[in-house]
This record gives sequence, structure tokens and C-alpha cells, in this order.
Amino acid sequence: MLTEFGKIFAFMLIAIIFVVVTVFVSKLIRPFRPTKEKLLIYECGETPEGSPWVKFNIRFYVVALIFLIFDVEVVLLVPWTLVYQQYGVTGYFIGFIFLFFLGLGMAYEWKKGDLEWARPNPQSSKLKNAVQEVDAS
Amino acid sequence: MGLLDKQFNDDNIVLTTVEDILNWARLSSLWQMSFGLACCAIEMMATSASHYDFDRFGVIPRPSPRQADIIIISGTVTFKMATRIKRIYEQMPDPKYIISMGSCSNCGGPYWEHGYHVLKGIDRVIPVDVYVPGCPPRPEALLDGLLTLQNKIRNESLVKKTV
Repeated sequence: MLTEFGKIFAFMLIAIIFVVVTVFVSKLIRPFRPTKEKLLIYECGETPEGSPWVKFNIRFYVVALIFLIFDVEVVLLVPWTLVYQQYGVTGYFIGFIFLFFLGLGMAYEWKKGDLEWARPNPQSSKLKNAVQEVDAS
Repeated sequence: MGLLDKQFNDDNIVLTTVEDILNWARLSSLWQMSFGLACCAIEMMATSASHYDFDRFGVIPRPSPRQADIIIISGTVTFKMATRIKRIYEQMPDPKYIISMGSCSNCGGPYWEHGYHVLKGIDRVIPVDVYVPGCPPRPEALLDGLLTLQNKIRNESLVKKTV
């Protein structure tokens, strides 16, 4: 006799076997006619340029983390605005304590310079010289 | 592997049943490469929308040719686009089918004589299964084209073609 956990185990087993058998059988019977063009990277019919495994700047990760702070803030503050009146002054200030801690994180990352982005730094003197050279010639 | 892919020399009674199942499965879920070219694409979108409901025939638009079974060439095919269509068609997995929708992709349409940049029929580049006439065809016409394609698939055979 199956226990309650045994039923779940049987359910998982059937699910796994179903997927494995389906993938295996479809691999057996499906048409398999690879060509060079078919295996090419799909770029909307264009000729692919370079590898799709491009390295992205690590700073995008930091920006994503910073975004996460505000994301969580919104997710937690919207329900708070609906119910804080039921908890009186305490509920009101708890929201501000939460904002204060998020603000601490914000101040930290600001101080650390993560909000700074490498900007192009044009050397105005060089540019002026170039303009003068063009004018002269 | 392709154990059932045109591997047999004659058809026997077992094979016909397998054929029926395979063809039924194929024609009931013709996923479509979402690919709109010109004004016919508007009619194609109308066919996909709720009023005509392409989905009831199993036609679901897919963003990648790797997941698609049919491509509907819906509109004017310029020479520039023809090379791209050819590549997209090549990148679809077998079995793949093509519906040529509208006069432009059938034969060049209004550009048949003076369209210096228009391909005179998509069948010059890729093999077409069903032609849907019209400029542009009504959604009913496209549905009829799809049903024609389904009938064509229903009669497909696993037997190796002999010359």
C-alpha cells in the first residue's frame, strides 16, 4: 500500500519517465537533416556577426543589484500604504525605518562610486588643435 | 536518427497506421514562424486574432524558426528580403511547409512588370506548398489555404520516394 509520500514519489517518477521517454522517442523518429546553414546562429536571417557569447561589463551586475533595492522597496511599500493606518503611529514609523535602511544601502553604494559610469573624457585642447589644423589646411 | 524519416521501401498495414498518427500530429500543431512582410501580414494577424482564431487549428506564432513548422510568406518579397527568407527557411527544422500568401509572393503581384526590386514569386527561392490568391487574401482565404496544407500533410507517406 502506498503511503502519502509514496504517492508523491510515484507522481514524480511518472513525470520524469514521461519526459525522458518523450525526448528519447522523438530523437529516434524525428527527421534529422542538419546542414551548415540550418545550424547557423539565428539572427533574423542576417549573417551572424561574431560569437553570441559576448562578455558584458561586470558593472551591469552592480546596476542590476542597485535596481533590486528599489524593486524590493516598491514591492514592500505598496502593501504597506494600504494597511499602515491600522497600526497607527507605530506602523507609520516602521515604514520609515525600512526606508532608512534602504537609504543606508543607497548612501553606501553612492559613496563607493557604483553610480559613477565611465564617461568619455574628450580633451578639449586636442580637439581645438584638430579644428585649427583642419582650418589651416 | 530519423528512424521513420522516408526510410521504408514499401508501405504495409503497420506503416499506414503509424503514418496516420504522425501526419495527424503534424497537421494538428503547425506552429508558425511569425514573419510579416507587407499588407498581407495585417490579414495574417487578423487571422491569428480572436475573430478568426488561427489557434483552433494549432497555429501558434513562434519567434524563432527553430520551433516553427510553417512559414507564411505574407507580402511583397523584395530581392533584399529574399536572401533573408531563404536563410530563415533553411534554419527551420524538417518537416517544414510554406504558405505563399497573396499575389505578391505568388507571382510578384502588382509589381510583376515594373517592380525592379521585387522577386517575381517566392517559389523562385524556396519550395511553396500552398498558394493563397488574393491582394490581400481575406482571413477566410488564408484559413482555406491552411486547411489545404493540412490535407496535403494528411496524405504524406513514410515511403522513400523512387524516381
